[in-house]
Amino acid sequence: MATLTIPVEEKKKTHEQEALITGAEAIAIACKLANVDVVTAYPIRPYDTVMQYISQLVADGEMDCEYIVAEGEHSQFEIVKHASACGARVFCGSSGVGWMYAMECLTVTPALRIPMVAMVGNRALDDPGAFGVEHNDALSVRDLGWMLTWVDSAQEALDTALIAYRVAEDRRMFVPLAISCDGAFLTHSQALVKIPALEQVKKFLPPYNRGDLLLHPDNVISVAPQANEDWVMEVRRQNYAVTEIACDVIREVYTDFEKTFGRKYGNPFFEEYMTKDADVVLLGMGTMSTPVKVAVRKMREEGKKVGFVRLRWFRPFAGPEIAKCLERFKAIGVIDRDFSFGSPDLSGVVATELRSAMYTSAATRPPVLDFICGLGGREVTVPDVEKMTEITFEAAKGKAQPLTQWIGLRE
Amino acid sequence: MSTFVDEKPTQNLEPFKGVKKVPHEEYYTSGHRTCQGCESAQIMKLMAKAAGPRTIVLGSTGCMYVANTSYYATPWGVPWMHTQLGSSGSSALGAAAAFRVQMRKGVMKDEPINVIAFCGDGGGADMGLGAISATMCHPDYNLLILMYDNESYANTDIQISGASPYGVNTSFSTPGKVKRIMNHRWKKNMAPLMMVGHPTVKYVGTISTSYPLQAMNNVRKALSIGGPTFIHCLNPCPKGWDFDPVLSFELGELAVNTGIWPLYEIENGKLSLYGKTKDIANHKFKRLPVRDYLLKQGRFAHFIEEDIEFFQSKIDEMWDKWLVPGIIPLQREIEAE
Repeated sequence: MATLTIPVEEKKKTHEQEALITGAEAIAIACKLANVDVVTAYPIRPYDTVMQYISQLVADGEMDCEYIVAEGEHSQFEIVKHASACGARVFCGSSGVGWMYAMECLTVTPALRIPMVAMVGNRALDDPGAFGVEHNDALSVRDLGWMLTWVDSAQEALDTALIAYRVAEDRRMFVPLAISCDGAFLTHSQALVKIPALEQVKKFLPPYNRGDLLLHPDNVISVAPQANEDWVMEVRRQNYAVTEIACDVIREVYTDFEKTFGRKYGNPFFEEYMTKDADVVLLGMGTMSTPVKVAVRKMREEGKKVGFVRLRWFRPFAGPEIAKCLERFKAIGVIDRDFSFGSPDLSGVVATELRSAMYTSAATRPPVLDFICGLGGREVTVPDVEKMTEITFEAAKGKAQPLTQWIGLRE
Repeated sequence: MSTFVDEKPTQNLEPFKGVKKVPHEEYYTSGHRTCQGCESAQIMKLMAKAAGPRTIVLGSTGCMYVANTSYYATPWGVPWMHTQLGSSGSSALGAAAAFRVQMRKGVMKDEPINVIAFCGDGGGADMGLGAISATMCHPDYNLLILMYDNESYANTDIQISGASPYGVNTSFSTPGKVKRIMNHRWKKNMAPLMMVGHPTVKYVGTISTSYPLQAMNNVRKALSIGGPTFIHCLNPCPKGWDFDPVLSFELGELAVNTGIWPLYEIENGKLSLYGKTKDIANHKFKRLPVRDYLLKQGRFAHFIEEDIEFFQSKIDEMWDKWLVPGIIPLQREIEAE
């Protein structure tokens, strides 16, 4: 009975689909669903698979956008910056030193109020060469006004990409947003992903409206003239004002996401895993959640009251909320897949930020230990996690521990 | 699709037929803080006038950003946006792509919009060369890159760029007790580089602000022909070149008449010389000695006779030995002929 069959293309519009795809492909599909207008690509592993998928979507006529392969990351980000100023919804991305090559453009984008969405396939910075994950690439823009989020599954990558456009293009925000996906562990790993229907996405994500900032002959404005000491401080203050409301906007969008698609993320800023009765918790970002959760379950079976907190949003850093969550534990072990050489206590970036948040916002101040682990794509193993937990338990018992330790390091 | 290039129509900007036919409307007016006698500001004004109101301009860092566009005092009567020093190429590409896709999707009125990105010689011949080159390879986007060339980084205290002349005195190439000549580089030949390196480009040309009507008409042609185009404009700079501002116009003429700055257009692969340059090539006009040009400028005041002779010999070489005189520096094997 031919009448019972709905053509696949029609079905995609109205029905949720399920597919076995990688994290990079999930973001490519999100770009298609979001009807992105201008995409710029430049090759660097591991983020670049997202551009391979988009290129195919364009070639197959599934996605209508200007797909431009730039001659370097600097141009890649400048092209979309200007396209966004001219009213187009844009997407680009990079990894490791590629992201750093674009640094000048990353710097100017927040002040220009460009709601660019970028994917960072987290990768170790050169030298020495390594394709594997490290978070220092994306973290390099943490002070500049970018929003930064870390996802740990292909499903979350797709959902977060849709959320990202909603948040970034909210007129109260208008700042760029980077979605960090751990190189290889997420960019190249397949999982079953629910792909929302196009109609649902349209309901959730209104078209990008540049409003009175649009660069177009009908709107004669001069964007970013020389301001000097007369006005630069006021411009910076406007970006600061965005950070004051960022958490509220993100919360709003997650609520609406849940209403539209029925998928719940709970607290948008962090995920808690087996923390309810935990004495100590580990805390980290990205795909390390997989081995950590396995280890936590194993240790729970052994009667150890340990939990895990996965930080989703690094910028904005929901300081008071995170502090409120963490103040109830006896000790916290932060797993930093990054470094911040010469920082206070020689810790990684996440631990340093967290200590700062705890100092001002927590009622009690449990010890915050830092573990530098999994650099350059090295696996964070279950025994690693057990070791870190053990040390954290020692700290909980009041036994002084070094504030920063390197775990999984060759002797 | 039957064609390999998806072309979009451009505005059809007919040439202004004489100075009296040039419209009164200005799209680059008061508000800028450029120096007296600034020819770079002059080309901004001419460029905007030539392009007209359905235009957006993207300006990379340089004099024409820093001295030109101050907050609350913009001189621009068309939409203008700052772009990074090396990004004139990418900014134009991004804007053109955004207009194109939004018009295709029906969310923006479908009309030809001029996209112009300008850069100085530092932003164009040095830092932005890669991005401009990449942009010149995209035949489906209509845009113009205009490089105003005052032969130095003129807003950061005058430093040599890849387009500075040989031997010039700048704050990075000051003559000293032992070395008289600190800049041994010969000026980068930008327009031919753009043309020869990017065979699908339909229009590349040189202009001079000393010939304003011609300059405007060349801008109009570049905007009408379709695809990415490039114009290189020489702009005498009283501050950087160290001369009395009253001489700006005359120095522009002298650069042409000495053969240092040839005027030409390359349109769909066809080269045509114009103005005095054409007469030089046709032997109707004898090139003036470069001495007349060099010695009017303080930046060459340290030149001794030997330096002037060397400079002259290089210009002679351009006209006597180059395969395409004044333009393409491949040399004929004269002896073999």
